Amino acid sequence: MYDVIIIGAGVSGCAIARELSRMELKILVLEKACDVCEGTSKANSGIVHAGYDALPGTLKARLNVEGSRRMKALSEELDFAYRQNGSLVLCFDEKEQHKLTELRDRGQANGVEGLRILSRQELLKLEPNVGENVVAALYAPTGAIVCPFGLTIALAENAARNGVEFCFGQEVNRVERRGQGYVLATPEQEYEARVVINAAGVYADRFHNMVSSAHMEITPRKGEYLLYDKKTGNLVSNTLFQLPTALGKGILVTPTVHGNLLTGPTAQDIADKEGTDTSREGLSQVTAKAALSVTRVPERDVITSFSGLRAHVSVWPQTESGEGAEKEDFIIGQPADASGFIDVAGMESPGLSCAPATGAYVAGIVKELLSPGEKTDFVGTRKGIPNMALASDQERHELIQKNPAYGNVICRCEMVTEGEILDAIHRTPGAVTVDGVKRRTRAGMGRCQSGFCNPRVVEILARELKVDESSIRKAGEDSWYLLPQENQEGH
Amino acid sequence: MRTTDLVIVGGGPAGMAAALAAYEKGIRDILILERDKELGGILNQCIHNGFGLHTFKEELTGPEYAARYVDMVSGTQIRSLLNTMVIDVQGGEPCQITAMNRQEGMFRIEAKAVVLAMGCRERSRGAMNIPGYRPSGIYSAGTAQRYVNIEGRMPGREVVVLGSGDIGLIMARRMTLQGAKVKLVAEIMPYSGGLKRNIVQCLDDFGIPLKLSHTVTEIHGKDRVEGVTVARVDENLNPVPGTEELIKCDTLLLSCGLIPENELSQQAGAQMDSVTQGPIVNERLETTVQGVFACGNVLHVHDLVDNVSLESEKAGAFAADYILNGESDWGQALRPKIPAKSKSTLPEGRDASSQLICIGCPVGCLITVEKKEDGSLSITGNTCKKGEEYARNEFTAPVRTVTSMIRVENGRGKVIPVKTATEIPKGKIGECMEQIRSCLVPAPVRVGDVLIEDVAGTGIAVIATGNMEAAQG
Repeated sequence: MYDVIIIGAGVSGCAIARELSRMELKILVLEKACDVCEGTSKANSGIVHAGYDALPGTLKARLNVEGSRRMKALSEELDFAYRQNGSLVLCFDEKEQHKLTELRDRGQANGVEGLRILSRQELLKLEPNVGENVVAALYAPTGAIVCPFGLTIALAENAARNGVEFCFGQEVNRVERRGQGYVLATPEQEYEARVVINAAGVYADRFHNMVSSAHMEITPRKGEYLLYDKKTGNLVSNTLFQLPTALGKGILVTPTVHGNLLTGPTAQDIADKEGTDTSREGLSQVTAKAALSVTRVPERDVITSFSGLRAHVSVWPQTESGEGAEKEDFIIGQPADASGFIDVAGMESPGLSCAPATGAYVAGIVKELLSPGEKTDFVGTRKGIPNMALASDQERHELIQKNPAYGNVICRCEMVTEGEILDAIHRTPGAVTVDGVKRRTRAGMGRCQSGFCNPRVVEILARELKVDESSIRKAGEDSWYLLPQENQEGH
Repeated sequence: MRTTDLVIVGGGPAGMAAALAAYEKGIRDILILERDKELGGILNQCIHNGFGLHTFKEELTGPEYAARYVDMVSGTQIRSLLNTMVIDVQGGEPCQITAMNRQEGMFRIEAKAVVLAMGCRERSRGAMNIPGYRPSGIYSAGTAQRYVNIEGRMPGREVVVLGSGDIGLIMARRMTLQGAKVKLVAEIMPYSGGLKRNIVQCLDDFGIPLKLSHTVTEIHGKDRVEGVTVARVDENLNPVPGTEELIKCDTLLLSCGLIPENELSQQAGAQMDSVTQGPIVNERLETTVQGVFACGNVLHVHDLVDNVSLESEKAGAFAADYILNGESDWGQALRPKIPAKSKSTLPEGRDASSQLICIGCPVGCLITVEKKEDGSLSITGNTCKKGEEYARNEFTAPVRTVTSMIRVENGRGKVIPVKTATEIPKGKIGECMEQIRSCLVPAPVRVGDVLIEDVAGTGIAVIATGNMEAAQG
């Protein structure tokens, strides 16, 4: 019997796990994928929004501003990449300038600090490559960028360090009330918990509907992105948003914390909760719209494209009293007919920015339910994997002296060494897949996109996990790289 | 701080040729820095033949070509540091090189001159912006080549190759010989970027279709590749709606071009040539950074390794001059003579019963063979003696040299590259491959060792084309 079971090891689930690990609780995270950060958390803009978007009074607004305020300190405590680079909302039409004012006022009502409207001239000083038709912009100095993998993995590692258990490859297919708590069934096993937290991203509706009669539906909203070579990363320094126009929500252009350039996302509602494919149309749309914000987005420097699914609530759970009419907000809390079951649903943008605040907010609900004691031995800090690429020559030298594996470069584009890959595999929760290694170390994320390092990473994973190379996966069950040795004659 | 006269970054064909040429000029203190565990560079995984026709006047496989240079280097006082990654190069007097390896950690070297010879890398799927899912099973042809030829592992069963560069064509044959089914080679251009002889001996020999003016427009499969959509493209290279065809496969190999690997050159501050994507050099192959020279695929992508060797010898000799005589006027930028890229198509309407493409060398002559009344053959269109011989064989008893690899027991590596000592009858290729694939030999193995005495009853031996030491301990 667990005190708390969290369904989903995305950024929200891991943030909640980490906050709960401060308390005397027996906690389990169940994740259907074989690693943390495998759903929405792995494919998004990596932005810490300043908090002017959401309507004042909503949970979104509150958690965003709070999350954004906490993120910097958290990045120092847990050692993940974060940079407060500032955000700009670009206006392309004199007649729409009032919308910038509205956005500024909304932000101020939400408690966002430092918001300022810039003329084109002022803007050009900040961003000389801004598009020709930009007339003005809203500047949010507290806007920031973060590594979404780094954040999620750091939260998970710190939670695990403080006693949270993680079980991967556990797809929950049944949730039922049992006594005062719940029972969760995966194809192999049943788990019992006093409190269940539903942080299942685009699948949160499925679990909600297993325990509550107030029907919820989540429709994935696909966003396609293009990622560019590091040599283009300095094209902009702030994150450039576009004022939503009649054409729909705009496309952003941003540097990433690792120095790449990122453009996207599109917004398209789809039926398939695993539909993370990109399309010619979607990617062309990204290119065309990004060109409005910035002149000379270098098309030939694209190194990869990807798409992510936002967990957009399309049918809001209606209570019997008719409360809960459709609105734009997160759904965080217990359904009226399912106490002890906490939804963390509809965590679309700015879900990543909110994560630190979401963790604390949900922990607050659990505290009220279970009244746990505080741990006396909670460890609030975590050190990331050494980063040879960013280390000084002296630091590199010392690392290699300590462990020669840090002297063996595996991914040459991002300069990732064997030592870092070994760390990624042997941490808890550790990498068991090539994608897991990639998200922990950046091996394969560079301009050659793993052409050089893939065989080497597969070899190291197989050696360390003591399996044949044919057992090594990219991510999913069937994502093998090599045929088994006995079959390699092509029978 | 160590000091040396000349540092060569990269121990592939370019680096070795540059080192040897500088040595010839009297420079003795030469250090090659190589990131892999052996010299030879990408040649070590290019186990097919076709190398060395100019340099050695005979046809060698990649490992054999590399081994000749390794032997020449080891006959000199040239030193090399393996498993060593160069992190930074700065020009000047002296040049400063920062490198790292497991034994020594980070270290600096001062050198009077540096030759950049880092080679090139392949364009990735992302760079081509192919939409669809991101499953496993998408490999650059070179990555697949490494898996098959160095690791001895197969990366898939049913294959589509996008791009008909030489590596793509050669991997189509390689995967077929190892038992995979190559369903199609799709090429977006109306011609192949590979050599005609490779279209003949890698695709035609095995009945693999080549579709020109076709590209992959979508990748299917969420976990592993399950298929690709292939469509015809118009003259602007845009897919033509309605021509899409779904081809089921578990593997997509990409052979869509090579890019000079110039991270270090750019870090050093070298000005770049946007056409070649290599550094700008003068007639002495010196970059715009003082004391830093460049050659081989880092300068521009070469079709033939023989040309890499030739160019690199010049770079090595000029670097030696610079070390011995000091700086001279930089002069003016001079783009190295880049032979026109091959734009191969097999002539349409070719009468296969009387016309053939010679595979004897990269030229790929179209040869016409007619049976005269007296029963003898009239052979025309060939431009050398070898062409005549090839054509005669092809019409009477076609033969091929088979290159592959054989598994090694107790070796430092897993497989050793091999070839048939001479050509074998074309019809025996299948039987020959069966024997090669079931063979296991003990290490050590040296180039030229006979590993199978009489393959497929041809009386012809299968010999090693690479060296392998026994595992230690």
